[in-house]
Amino acid sequence: MTASAPEPIEIDFDHRQSAHCESGVCANLLRHHGIEISEAMAFGIGSGLFFAYLPFIRINGLPLTTYRCEVGGIIKRVTRRLGCRVHWQKFRDPDKAMHALDERLAQGIPVACRTGGYWLPYFPPAFRFHFNMHNLVVCGKAEYQYIISDPVFPDKERCSRRDLSRARFAKGALAPKGSMYFLEAVPDTIDLAAAARQGIREVCRRMLNTPVPLIGIRGIRYLARQVEKWPRKLGEERTVLYIGQLIRMQEELGTGGAGFRFMFAAFLQEAADLLDLPRFLELSRSMTLAGDQWRKFAVIGGRICKGRASADDHHAAMAALLQTIAADEAAVYRELLQLIKE
Amino acid sequence: MKIEEVPQDQGMITDGRREVCYAVDDQGRYVLAGSAGWEPKNIANRQAWDRIDQTVAATLDRIRAGKASPLAYYMALNQMDVGLLAKYAGIGRLKVWLHLKPGPFGRLSPAVLKRYADVFDISADTLKSVPEDRGDGSRDR
Repeated sequence: MTASAPEPIEIDFDHRQSAHCESGVCANLLRHHGIEISEAMAFGIGSGLFFAYLPFIRINGLPLTTYRCEVGGIIKRVTRRLGCRVHWQKFRDPDKAMHALDERLAQGIPVACRTGGYWLPYFPPAFRFHFNMHNLVVCGKAEYQYIISDPVFPDKERCSRRDLSRARFAKGALAPKGSMYFLEAVPDTIDLAAAARQGIREVCRRMLNTPVPLIGIRGIRYLARQVEKWPRKLGEERTVLYIGQLIRMQEELGTGGAGFRFMFAAFLQEAADLLDLPRFLELSRSMTLAGDQWRKFAVIGGRICKGRASADDHHAAMAALLQTIAADEAAVYRELLQLIKE
Repeated sequence: MKIEEVPQDQGMITDGRREVCYAVDDQGRYVLAGSAGWEPKNIANRQAWDRIDQTVAATLDRIRAGKASPLAYYMALNQMDVGLLAKYAGIGRLKVWLHLKPGPFGRLSPAVLKRYADVFDISADTLKSVPEDRGDGSRDR
């Protein structure tokens, strides 16, 4: 502990639990600055939805699948599309990083940090893995503890200086390097509708028109073909590991459920009113169905992992589900693109 | 997913908290609903921990056979590999690799030992030994 006197600071920050850390941080921060916005809206405007199967990137020796955009992408795009100014900082020296955080807190500014999940003491033990993509907001300081609004938890949490410092300087893939950011200025008026259109356009284009066969709809189809090949290619034991990893990436990382399809459906529902396009409600329903299929996929995968697979639970069934999902989602994206053109 | 379908399968969350997810209500509107967990997710999570436990157990065997130093145990317990440990300790990969052998580990200076111990939040003395029997240690650091 350094010489800085522990003066308690508590910023009046409205903590709302969210399904996903980055969209949650984004919505909570914007709300603090007077922009009323839901998590789903932030997720949609920030074009959070995505799909990529990247077998050459290994997490714990198993291929990476992602259902959401790159880390920091949601915040970047939402603030740009709404015309907010964000102050980003990265650090080399942990002491300087914590000092900079203290200074901002003393000014009454809630500061968001990118952290690794492994070192955060309030994480339930089962969630303690080395993944460096967790976002949270520091909104106060009491004695030697920081008050943290971690959007995936129901209440504000506490964390010691040492643990927070470690989490901010977690190492490994996508190391956060002490990254912190806060809103510097927000405009008086914002155009949510235009921002939502931009968000939708980017998601649809990314999912439909990708030159890389591992991304978007093509990625889902590619994964379908791979899943079918796994048992022959990898043998039973490794296949089970691959499938387990798929489920974790879909349901555990970032949460939100069904690889964020439900959150996007919730966004479409909100956007229907916002853009006055009632057809969006239908599309939201289609997206919900796609999400339900993703969950079914996880259920079958779970049974295979547990060795409780029934006759219908085989890899071919999983592959077929993925193909249906790909077709259904593609139809939604195509129509969305059409609708926002007008 | 409808509200009544929101799963409540205890597993990963052990302290009674809930995570939120999106579900549709009777009118078809999306709302936030609390979930205690979901079985497929629990299975996949369990699988990941089993793999970690296996690695730790295998490492313990190698230490008892005199093929690895206690450092290897704490590295495995903290889900690290040589690269990650090297970064956390600020020690070169090659050196870390060497310190995983019993001989070079025994000759480490107190300063280097402390450096490793700090990474794992243990004392330098603890770092020199491994527990007799390992329970579910990896889950509560």
